Amino acid sequence: MDLLILSRLQFALTIMFHYIYPPLSIGLGVIIVIMETMYLLTRNPFYHKMTRFWVKIFGLNFAIGVATGIVMEFEFGTNWAAYSRYVGDVFGSALAAEGIFAFFLESGFLAILLFGWDKVSPFMYWLSALLVCLGAHFSSIWIVVAGSWMQTPAGFHIVGEGITARAEITDFWAMVFNPSSMERLAHVVSGCWIAGAFMVLSISAYYLLKKKHVEFAKVSMKVALTVALIATSGQLMTGRISADGVAKRQPTKLAAMEGHFAPNAPADYYFLGRVDEKNHRVSGLKMKGLVSYFVHGDFNKPVQGLEAFKKEDRPPVGIVFHAYHFMVMIGLLLIFLSVTGTVLLWRGRLFDTTWFLKILVPSVLLPQIANQLGWMTAEVGRQPWIVYGLLRTSEGLSKAVQASAVFTSLIMFTFIYVLLFVLFIFLLDQKIKHGPEGLERETQRHRA
Amino acid sequence: MDLNLIWFILVGVLLAGYAILDGFDLGVGALHLFAKGDKERRLMINSIGPVWDGNEVWLVTGGGALFAAFPDVYATLASGFYLAVFLLIFALIFRAVAIEFRSKQPSSLWRQSWDVAFSLSSILSAFLFGVVIGNLIWGIPLGADKEFHGTFEGLFHPYALLTGVMVVSVCMMHGAIYVVMKTEGQFHHKARGWVKNCIIFFMITYGILTMATMLYAPQMVDHLKKHPILFLIPVVQLLVIANIPREIYHQRNFMAFVSSSVAIVLFMFLFGSGIFPNMVHSNPHPEYSLTIYNASSSIKTLQTMLIIALIGMPLVLAYTLSIYWIFRGKVKIDEHSY
Repeated sequence: MDLLILSRLQFALTIMFHYIYPPLSIGLGVIIVIMETMYLLTRNPFYHKMTRFWVKIFGLNFAIGVATGIVMEFEFGTNWAAYSRYVGDVFGSALAAEGIFAFFLESGFLAILLFGWDKVSPFMYWLSALLVCLGAHFSSIWIVVAGSWMQTPAGFHIVGEGITARAEITDFWAMVFNPSSMERLAHVVSGCWIAGAFMVLSISAYYLLKKKHVEFAKVSMKVALTVALIATSGQLMTGRISADGVAKRQPTKLAAMEGHFAPNAPADYYFLGRVDEKNHRVSGLKMKGLVSYFVHGDFNKPVQGLEAFKKEDRPPVGIVFHAYHFMVMIGLLLIFLSVTGTVLLWRGRLFDTTWFLKILVPSVLLPQIANQLGWMTAEVGRQPWIVYGLLRTSEGLSKAVQASAVFTSLIMFTFIYVLLFVLFIFLLDQKIKHGPEGLERETQRHRA
Repeated sequence: MDLNLIWFILVGVLLAGYAILDGFDLGVGALHLFAKGDKERRLMINSIGPVWDGNEVWLVTGGGALFAAFPDVYATLASGFYLAVFLLIFALIFRAVAIEFRSKQPSSLWRQSWDVAFSLSSILSAFLFGVVIGNLIWGIPLGADKEFHGTFEGLFHPYALLTGVMVVSVCMMHGAIYVVMKTEGQFHHKARGWVKNCIIFFMITYGILTMATMLYAPQMVDHLKKHPILFLIPVVQLLVIANIPREIYHQRNFMAFVSSSVAIVLFMFLFGSGIFPNMVHSNPHPEYSLTIYNASSSIKTLQTMLIIALIGMPLVLAYTLSIYWIFRGKVKIDEHSY
């Protein structure tokens, strides 16, 4: 296999594996802050002990997030050295800002959450929870800003020619607020909240079904359901806005997402479909002209299809189309689950509707899958560019690295990440089985 | 002082921060197997429990700052040292995993396996950092295209192996002092013995490395020749190191830790001033070296980043100090411990 494919595979593997963890940190962070705020306001120790359980899950998750995150920090240089030289002036600052503003905050105050239980006052504990949560969100801001710059570069100019050419910053804030960064950030963060909320829903549902830690599970579930309801509806809105942005600024990506080949015809929206990439055909359940309507507000106006672009400028269609459509379906399913849960809660039947609880237990996987598919849509849809319209992915590779070296590291990554994942699941399972501590007495009080 | 120099110093400060902080927890890892029995080993791991994760953030941020301020250095080193970088990262991952998982099962086979993994990965990490430093001093083959033209095996020449061992010995000394500071009772006395042995080990490697550097990488002491005042640095450093056993003897363990931290900072200073104005010394074609000028970002980026650093670094210092303040005192094993 050649260097390009191996390097892309390795980046995909490492970033996708890493991305299991940060969304959980961000989402759980929000839930922990809510619970600890409840404690600070009521001073009911029940809430404090609830926080403690979720903090332990957070800690496990964070440890693996950091371990796999160090890889990402250096992988731009190891495998994409030419890219790093080309964009370092612009992209590097966002990454460095993430380190300074986010990671120190998050890792420092997490130590207090995990080990400082009896060393600090309740207010300081609450503040630490808030700062950890903020740190996690700051980190998403800077990394999404950096990633969005690769989609819609702004605030820079090109200096030099040939192999010495590189992007240099002209306007830092134009780089930060590049055309897609805020809408993508909103979409990413709501995806993270959903991931955290469904993690809590899943574990709580499991306890309710097993009739263990019932009071704990009920309160956790209410908190998580609120977050899920807000975040899933936010996800729908931000998804729409993001897609509009793609239509305006990245026509080839939009065409790939919608499987729209004809160079200049109205575009249909497929609810379900299959792409035949060779013959440029899509079959499935569609609504005629809906994409045209989304883009222009008119069902009959033409949208640029893939055939309007040079062959070497088109992204792979099948993978983008399917990832995107799958993501949308899961998104809708998550909204349905959140609404159903809320209705059941409102009717006072949530905690004994067994079939629904049984659905909630595996539903933790849904936001995880949707988040991965969303990134696949975004990043594969950007191909063949590493920086959209500016630098091709093949031009970003390291010149000093041989395919055999990447093959070796890829094998090592696969091995280590499998091990890491097995251990993660094992420990998570253990923590769940162990359950929250010291809640029996508090439960009595909570009931009273 | 121009921006390029400021950023050379700032990247140095971040990496020195990393060396002081992760230095002691890598050292604790390197010494881990000398602690016997589950109780002692738990004390070792829990002494670094709340802080090791935060310490690694200094490396991540140092890497980010290098990327932003000197993209060519970041790109050349990461891609040139490709397998070595990943070996280092794998060691760090393994280490993190070992710390997290060791305490999760009571079985002694389980715990002893993770103990070995923790210790070996700590030693390997420190050693590889040393190998990288050794190569930066020795010089690596670069082309006019700023790319590395050597091999993976080529990185492990005797001088680099020597710096590798030397970094391990510094970490062990620093870690031993940290353990003394964080423990009490019988184990504390045992750790005091480690400090003595570690200092001897360190002095031997330091002596050999100094001789090797004078003989084979004499460009490192050019600045000392030109500015004799700088000769005070190694002198002060030796005094600081000699101060360690003195402080330990008088039970002023914190001052001993400060002394070894100062020694590490002075090492970074000697290293930085020795390679300056190069960041990556090219050997055999010195004209292709990456300097703080030909490998840097634009002035605009260095300015922006300076503002970010001026806002961010005081915050970082404040967090770091408050975390270490909250977790000051002797380590106690309780239900939250590893």
